[in-house]
Amino acid sequence: MIERKDVEHVARLTRLALSDAELERMREQLNSILAHLDTLRAVPTEGVEPTSHAVDVVNVMRDDTEGQCLSQADALANAPDPRGDLFRVPRIIEE
Amino acid sequence: MTHRPIHELTDAYRRGDLTPTAAAEDYLARIGALDGKIGAYLTVVRDQALAAARESEARWSAGSPRGPLDGAPIAVKDVLCTAGVRTTCGSKMLERFVPPYDATTVERLRAAGAVILGKTNLDEFAMGSSTEHSAYHPTRNPWDLTRVPGGSSGGSAAAVAGGLAAGAYGSDTGGSIRQPAAFCGVVGMKPTYGRVSRYGLIALASSLDQIGPFAQDVTDAAHLLAAVAGHDPHDATSIEAPVPDYAAELPKGVAGLTLGMPDEYFPDGMDPEVERAVRAAIDVLKGLGAKIERVSLPTTPHALAAYYVILPAEASSNLARYDGVKYGLRVAGRDLIDMESRTRSAGFGAEVKRRIMLGTYVLSAGYYDAYYGKAQSVRTLVRREFAAAFAKVDLIVAPTTPNVPFKHGEKQDPLSMYLNDVFTIPGNLSGIPGVSVPCGFSAAGLPIGLQVLGRPLDEARVLRAAYAYEQATSWRSRRPELT
Repeated sequence: MIERKDVEHVARLTRLALSDAELERMREQLNSILAHLDTLRAVPTEGVEPTSHAVDVVNVMRDDTEGQCLSQADALANAPDPRGDLFRVPRIIEE
Repeated sequence: MTHRPIHELTDAYRRGDLTPTAAAEDYLARIGALDGKIGAYLTVVRDQALAAARESEARWSAGSPRGPLDGAPIAVKDVLCTAGVRTTCGSKMLERFVPPYDATTVERLRAAGAVILGKTNLDEFAMGSSTEHSAYHPTRNPWDLTRVPGGSSGGSAAAVAGGLAAGAYGSDTGGSIRQPAAFCGVVGMKPTYGRVSRYGLIALASSLDQIGPFAQDVTDAAHLLAAVAGHDPHDATSIEAPVPDYAAELPKGVAGLTLGMPDEYFPDGMDPEVERAVRAAIDVLKGLGAKIERVSLPTTPHALAAYYVILPAEASSNLARYDGVKYGLRVAGRDLIDMESRTRSAGFGAEVKRRIMLGTYVLSAGYYDAYYGKAQSVRTLVRREFAAAFAKVDLIVAPTTPNVPFKHGEKQDPLSMYLNDVFTIPGNLSGIPGVSVPCGFSAAGLPIGLQVLGRPLDEARVLRAAYAYEQATSWRSRRPELT
């Protein structure tokens, strides 16, 4: 069972500001879903290699050649707060 | 002319009985008249569509069309980037996002001369099985407006079923093409993972996502797949293998093929109408000369749980990019972390938040091996069982879904919604191709789908069996009545 403090911890990790009601509902729903996911424990998997990718494609190499890429203007066109040639963000370090 | 498959439209273009412009105008008029009820589209690009149709018309009248999709009026799920046309992913997070480039699928469609009518609705960030969880509006099933069209590509499925597009594209991470195709009575195909480039597809779960077509019949599905399949240097996971002429393979029939019927896909408690229709469909294939053999895929009941570890894990990582800095929504905050948290809380809906939380939890310190590692090992078992089955049989035949379309608002509990994808998820976990083809209706007139699964890169044979079945039956002549 996960507890309220676990939900708060995960919410911080994921950068989600959840209200009290949301945190409580999330706790209930996550517990119900995790109870189902816990049924995986019954599957014997000792010595079974994990699959991270369904197709056996490895180490795709390409030549290091110049190609077309997004212009700076295009890259900034969707930015919520561009300044000049930059993406602007709120202050991170105190003066 | 709506409800005519693309190959009939292009036959008419060739004969000069119809022009791509007239076809596009007809579809746009029907969208204008009916989409208020269905809600298949998020964005309709009328002027662009008519411009593309006029260009196609010039090619047809010059006797030099680009191929079987030239002038085809099609719709694209709003998860595929379209240069200059907003791409929302069904989320408020991307309400004003205008991609600076086309997804490879979209680029190849334009090169094939297709006429893109617009962008279709979906569950937010493709998380869902009902298209009720779009941040904009729900999509309704053209066969019964009180019921869901399936999801997450419900807009694309409903558009094709309702005659609001001649064909469409969607993405399938756990069944998001095949399940809505079954619910809407159209053909829907998930190709082999890596068969179609994912470049420009807004990522949900990168090891599972695959783009594929919705079509009115199997012939169109073959053309729609061939147009977008093949290696793309922009997607390192796309497979370097030649693309067969799928349409040319269709008439080869099923005589001599062995079809496997997995015991686990006919569990106790499944909808008896679905079971009856699917068993009858398999009998039709038997009558056409296929050999039917029972096979066992014993890990099937655990595939859902493995999927709901792997998918949220990958999704939580993919969706970390929505931080209010480079594109998408920003809500002001007192510092960077506060801004990010406010932005993500305002921009994501409840199901997206739930999966981000779940994914972060199963990846977090202390739980990684118990959940993520375990799920990946179960994924290996699912792959091995398919490989063992395909050593004995050429194709697997099964229901696409355990039930017929449900009512809007009927599935409130997240877990009961997830159970909808129990027969489609194993195909994503193992990366194999699968198609859903209409195989009948319930007594209440709701569509049922037959699923055909094949070996990796064996789309040609999957489509061949679907075509043989389709040609032997008359389900596709039934259409929803919409006024």
